[in-house]
Amino acid sequence: MTAKKKTKIIKTIKVDVDLCNGCRTCELICSAFHAVPRYSSNNPERSRIRVIRDPLRGVFIPVYAGQYTPAECTGRDKYIIDGKEYDECAFCRASCPSRGLFKEPDSGLPLKCDMCESDPSLAEPMCVQWCLPDALTYEEREVEVEDEAENEQEDVEIGLESLADKYGWQKILDTVARMSKKD
Amino acid sequence: MRYAETGYNLEVDLSRGNVERVETDSDLAELYLGGLGTNAKILWERVPADVDPFSPENLLIFGTGLLCGTPAPSANRTIITSYSPQTKLMAFSMMGGFWAPELKYAGYDKLIIKGKSPKLVYLWIKDDKVEIRDASHLKGKGAVETSEIILKELDEPKAQVAAIGMAGENRVFFASIEQGRSSASRGGLGAVMGSKGLKAVVVRGSKDVNIANPEETIKLCSDVFDYIEYRERHPIKGVPPILAGIGSPQEMAVHDEQWHTTNFAWGNARVRRKDFWTPEVEKKWTFSMESVRERFVSCYNCPMKCGATINIPDLNPYMMKCYSKLTYTMASFTDLDAGLRMAQRGTEYGVDAFSAPQVMAFALELYEDGILTDKDFPGMPEDSEGRFNWLLDRIVRREGIGDILADGTYWAAQRIGKGAEKYAHNNIKKHEQLPLKLGMLNPIYFLMYCTGEKINITQIEGNFPQAPFPKREQREEFVKDWPQVPDEKFKKYFLDWEPRGENSIPHYPTIEATCEIVDWQERMHYIDDSTGMCSGLSAFPLKPPYHMHNLPKLISAITGFELDEEGLVKIARRNRTLVRAVNIRRGMRRGDEKPPEDHWKRRFPELEEKLLDAYYEFKGWNKEGIPKKETLEELSLDYVIEDFLQRGILADSEDEST
Ligand code: SF4
Ligand code: SF4
Ligand code: SF4
Repeated sequence: MTAKKKTKIIKTIKVDVDLCNGCRTCELICSAFHAVPRYSSNNPERSRIRVIRDPLRGVFIPVYAGQYTPAECTGRDKYIIDGKEYDECAFCRASCPSRGLFKEPDSGLPLKCDMCESDPSLAEPMCVQWCLPDALTYEEREVEVEDEAENEQEDVEIGLESLADKYGWQKILDTVARMSKKD
Repeated sequence: MRYAETGYNLEVDLSRGNVERVETDSDLAELYLGGLGTNAKILWERVPADVDPFSPENLLIFGTGLLCGTPAPSANRTIITSYSPQTKLMAFSMMGGFWAPELKYAGYDKLIIKGKSPKLVYLWIKDDKVEIRDASHLKGKGAVETSEIILKELDEPKAQVAAIGMAGENRVFFASIEQGRSSASRGGLGAVMGSKGLKAVVVRGSKDVNIANPEETIKLCSDVFDYIEYRERHPIKGVPPILAGIGSPQEMAVHDEQWHTTNFAWGNARVRRKDFWTPEVEKKWTFSMESVRERFVSCYNCPMKCGATINIPDLNPYMMKCYSKLTYTMASFTDLDAGLRMAQRGTEYGVDAFSAPQVMAFALELYEDGILTDKDFPGMPEDSEGRFNWLLDRIVRREGIGDILADGTYWAAQRIGKGAEKYAHNNIKKHEQLPLKLGMLNPIYFLMYCTGEKINITQIEGNFPQAPFPKREQREEFVKDWPQVPDEKFKKYFLDWEPRGENSIPHYPTIEATCEIVDWQERMHYIDDSTGMCSGLSAFPLKPPYHMHNLPKLISAITGFELDEEGLVKIARRNRTLVRAVNIRRGMRRGDEKPPEDHWKRRFPELEEKLLDAYYEFKGWNKEGIPKKETLEELSLDYVIEDFLQRGILADSEDEST
């Protein structure tokens, strides 16, 4: 890998938990945006942002889907903030075997927020656009980074890895072999 | 493929423990939309007119609105329908929150409950998996408490729970069904649920809801959001703060309660306290609210925050919305602190926060006047809050005097006798109303009170201002920016409406204009109740984001069927007429259609008769309020004609009623 520097745009969604009303509009629109064809269906269970809601305790926390992880953490975290106790792993963004969060409901494949990457690109990610209470706001900034492997490659690898965790490498290889024959 | 709908109902027979997933007819949505419309059709078809509300034969229908679970902002209503134990007529109470979309995502448009379970159970619906589970450990538990226990034992924090408290279990006629920040409170549906031995319905779904025209839908939804933001920046001038914005009344956020506390009556809907609201009270109440209001809460897919979590030291937290903030306080002549504490108890017990406080105030008035005596209230405390708690504890258990009061003021008065009927003075069709007592008859409100079949004024009124603005310039300002009117003539009605003189109530708006205004307001509610739209963004406030011009487009885009304004008006008329038909079949007639006698001091019997005649005619009903044959024909309600002829409700030749 080359260690060349290049500039990269860091896309940030700022989450102001205090402004969130727990409406789950972000979940709805994220799943609709990623439906094929776009917006043709919605299902919060497929969303790449999930709102942890415990309204009786005044808890609403939007959490974005981060990386897939094949193994759960050995330790767990539990936060208490302002006297409110949050569930184990509440703030973790990983699609992890210990929980159902951030997985496609039918295939179990991991979900990851892609910042609504699309062509032409959106002015702002959909969840931000549809969050009227402004709990979610979008920011871009430029930073210098070391050149990275292509994101796409990374996505493919993550997808495959999780499939392998589920079905075993042999089955994946067999399937790929069978499918490529069909073409 | 079905759009907006899932195409399936879940049918549960609790007597036999049978669960069935039944495909529905895809034509129904084009005729009735969904929600209330299709609920009414099912009730009409499947529950005979003489069935007792607590009979196993009665159905309890949880219908999602047609647009619930789609991207349409604020479409989240569950419309619960059955026969009401209190009014004996059709009850259709709605709840907001998250339950309806969750049922759609689980793959069902409606949950239809029949029969009666031999022991207390709850229903657990997780997509295709449906279980009837034992609920004996939940007997007597509060509605909020029940939800918490169930979510824990199922380890399903994201499931949505609709539950009853002790009031529903014991068939209190004004028992509610509670669901998170919302409830279906009116008409005693909680009691019907209790009569079926059903403690709760728990839902979790992970399926897709499909949209016919995706791009168009998203564009229309974005327009709605834009207008919501516009209206938030442009509150309406010249009206009390409670009417200036959109959403349900912002009772959790607004501290200025002058309007409610000085205009609405206290106690048993008797006492106006015109000087009640002082800077000291405002300061105290603001402090009370702010010290217990933990957080604002919205419903599914809605940017508003009409509800709030209330967390009072030493009590379990609960969620509250709307005017229930004040009902306990005002009925008991206490203060906001006490009212919020009593509401916590009422929410756990699962009672309607409109009826329950009024029933208790009614009992205490009877006590003061000697119609009920000390022996009816053994051991009741002296202080007002203590008395209310004491009474509520007995009502929900149906103990002693509580057993009589649990039937609501109308039936309780019948049982008590000795002139108690006069104390049950604030009812329509046997159901307790907002405690409003006013001076001059208002023709618009007269018709809404008389003919409303939701039997609750806030669910009939809405888009037309409640009162004229004092100055013509103010009115001109208001109509300038009023695209919501279905027709320009409504602007003229409002412009010419004066607080005094010739063009003022009771003779202005004219009879004809009054009919049109009432019809428009009511139509919007019937549309909302079928689409599952929150009326807080549609039928209820002034200048809402949803109206007759954008709703047909949105429904079309989402469902894929052709619909224009005329078509939507027709569906709304069909649904409205069908609800009336259900009630006519249960015996409702013109004689039942009257406001509380003392609602206005100044009444005009002749004008009132004319108004009612004109409105019936306008709606295509005969003098008894029965839909005419040609009306039913026009609305493709031929099955109603057939039934009415058979029963002799309509005669073959002319529209004669029995
Ligand atoms: S849309 Fe915004 S306010 Fe609503 S749940 Fe998501 S982050 Fe919270
Ligand atoms: S940024 Fe886009 S992909 Fe990520 S959660 Fe929001 S809507 Fe979903
Ligand atoms: S406006 Fe209020 S009551 Fe209506 S859906 Fe939104 S939050 Fe719920």
